[in-house]
Amino acid sequence: MLTLYTRRRIINAVGLLVSILAMAFGLFWLCWILLTLLTHGLPALVPAVFTQMTPPPGSTGGLLNAIAGTLMMSLLGTLIGTPIGILAGTYLAEFGQRGWLAPVTRFINDILLSAPSIVIGLFVYEVYVVHVRHFSGWAGALALAIIVIPIVIRTTENMLRLIPNTLREAASALGAPQWKIVSFVTLRAARAGIITGVMLAIARISGETAPLLFTALNNQFWSSDMNSPLANLPVVIFQFAMSPYEDWQHLAWAGALLITMSVLTLNILARILFRQSATTH
Amino acid sequence: MKSTFLNQARLKQQVWLDMMFRGLTRLSAFGVLALLLAIITSLVIGSMPAIEAFGFNFLVNPEWNPVTDEYGALVPIVGTLVTSGIALLIAIPVSFGIAIFLTELSPAVLRRPLGIAIELLAGIPSIIYGMWGLFVFAPLFADHVEPWINDNIGVLPVLGPFFSGPPMGIGILTAGIILAIMVIPFIASVMRDVFEVVPPMLKESAYGVGATTWEVVMKVVLPYTRIGVVGGIMLGLGRALGETMAVTFVIGNAHELSKSLLMPGNSISSALANEFTEAVGELYTASLIELGLILFFITFVVLSFARLLLHKLGQREGQVT
Repeated sequence: MLTLYTRRRIINAVGLLVSILAMAFGLFWLCWILLTLLTHGLPALVPAVFTQMTPPPGSTGGLLNAIAGTLMMSLLGTLIGTPIGILAGTYLAEFGQRGWLAPVTRFINDILLSAPSIVIGLFVYEVYVVHVRHFSGWAGALALAIIVIPIVIRTTENMLRLIPNTLREAASALGAPQWKIVSFVTLRAARAGIITGVMLAIARISGETAPLLFTALNNQFWSSDMNSPLANLPVVIFQFAMSPYEDWQHLAWAGALLITMSVLTLNILARILFRQSATTH
Repeated sequence: MKSTFLNQARLKQQVWLDMMFRGLTRLSAFGVLALLLAIITSLVIGSMPAIEAFGFNFLVNPEWNPVTDEYGALVPIVGTLVTSGIALLIAIPVSFGIAIFLTELSPAVLRRPLGIAIELLAGIPSIIYGMWGLFVFAPLFADHVEPWINDNIGVLPVLGPFFSGPPMGIGILTAGIILAIMVIPFIASVMRDVFEVVPPMLKESAYGVGATTWEVVMKVVLPYTRIGVVGGIMLGLGRALGETMAVTFVIGNAHELSKSLLMPGNSISSALANEFTEAVGELYTASLIELGLILFFITFVVLSFARLLLHKLGQREGQVT
């Protein structure tokens, strides 16, 4: 017969052991996935990957056009999405204290933040691709911008809320107009945090596949024409990995390693940057 | 005299600039609302031919036949719900354990790096999960786990039919497991964040009267953060429902309704990813867009619910989490 005390201790030990196992379980997948990527991706990551175009099945080639396409679309998506996101985030944090617009926008934005990205691809297809009658890099950039906006809005608002009100009051007491207070005092003080948000947004869109399937599609050849179908890493990986050709699968692994490493590096850089700025304040 | 006049002109200019700036930010915020409305409207318009042709029957019809132009959403809807359900069944206890570990057990030195590691798991693009699932996980699963499931669970009464089938590696169950790995970091980090809002005083008083760590978690932390925990789970569910690439690789893409979880199936997002660019004919495209509309509707409801719950917890805290 166990005493109540022993029983409580046993339950405690078992519970805590299970939670340690859960933690190990989580880390296990991360390690396993990274390890697989390295073992399959590193041998495939030859210089040709960066200098040649995507090949037809059965011959060698690289991913140059796909890398360029991804860079172009991510850059444009970020350039379109960031200003809108920062402005809307500024509204939520600085001007939206009264009225219905700010709470409703905040709520909708939180939903868009985790909305299925494939639906965003469908949306851009419906409103853009259908009307111009061809897939294009612009459509892809647009879809990515729609994914960037909610992320930037969220971080901008959160970061601006961290800025102490005394800073705004000090600027206001000097007679600065509101647009100057916001753009030269509060936004500048929150700069590091907002840049972190933008970096996280770039990390997110550079691996997004679903919204590009119906917008940028793919292009086997070099193209810098944003108005035509544009090759991009995620869709190339999708096509090549699903194919039965071994050359293609190798390239898919190389691409997968490239994307994951850049995404993880961006993630870590963003965190370091944010922590540095947080300690200097 | 002249300088005051100049100052007044400048003042007016600043007032005007202020209005412009405020208007611009308001316009951007309004753009977010417009975006949501535009998404819903365009999906409804796009799926009109299918809605007119099939009506509500679309939701319960298991048939999906491009040859005879007959479409029903039952198989993908069931596939989406079942895979997400499996994912949650696995992810909830694991995320709970991770959150407990990170907030209560972990040595202070490890807390940050481990937290970051879990967040990195969330940062890996979903296509990588899909590829890894197809090339690494599915073969192992087919060789080592599925025969065991067949032999041990497949023979049970009641449960049996759900767990017997050819060990192919790809199928509903595999998709559910991959999804679970994907949503664990989302749920775990929300749970960790809400566990951290519990006032230390509350926990310390429980420890003070002699409660064990486990008792503090189950009887103080969990009741206090219940709403937030459910919110986090809903957020994970929202992710799982809409996830495309990880599922598309391993679900098998078969428009068949089968009882067994080991059989291939289909989900809304993978049907879209596989078929949309190849769909010919107005009705085919419209049916796929209607699938997208259904997916958006389901995730919208789930995510709204999640946000409301998290907001409620935040209000009690006096701050929005």
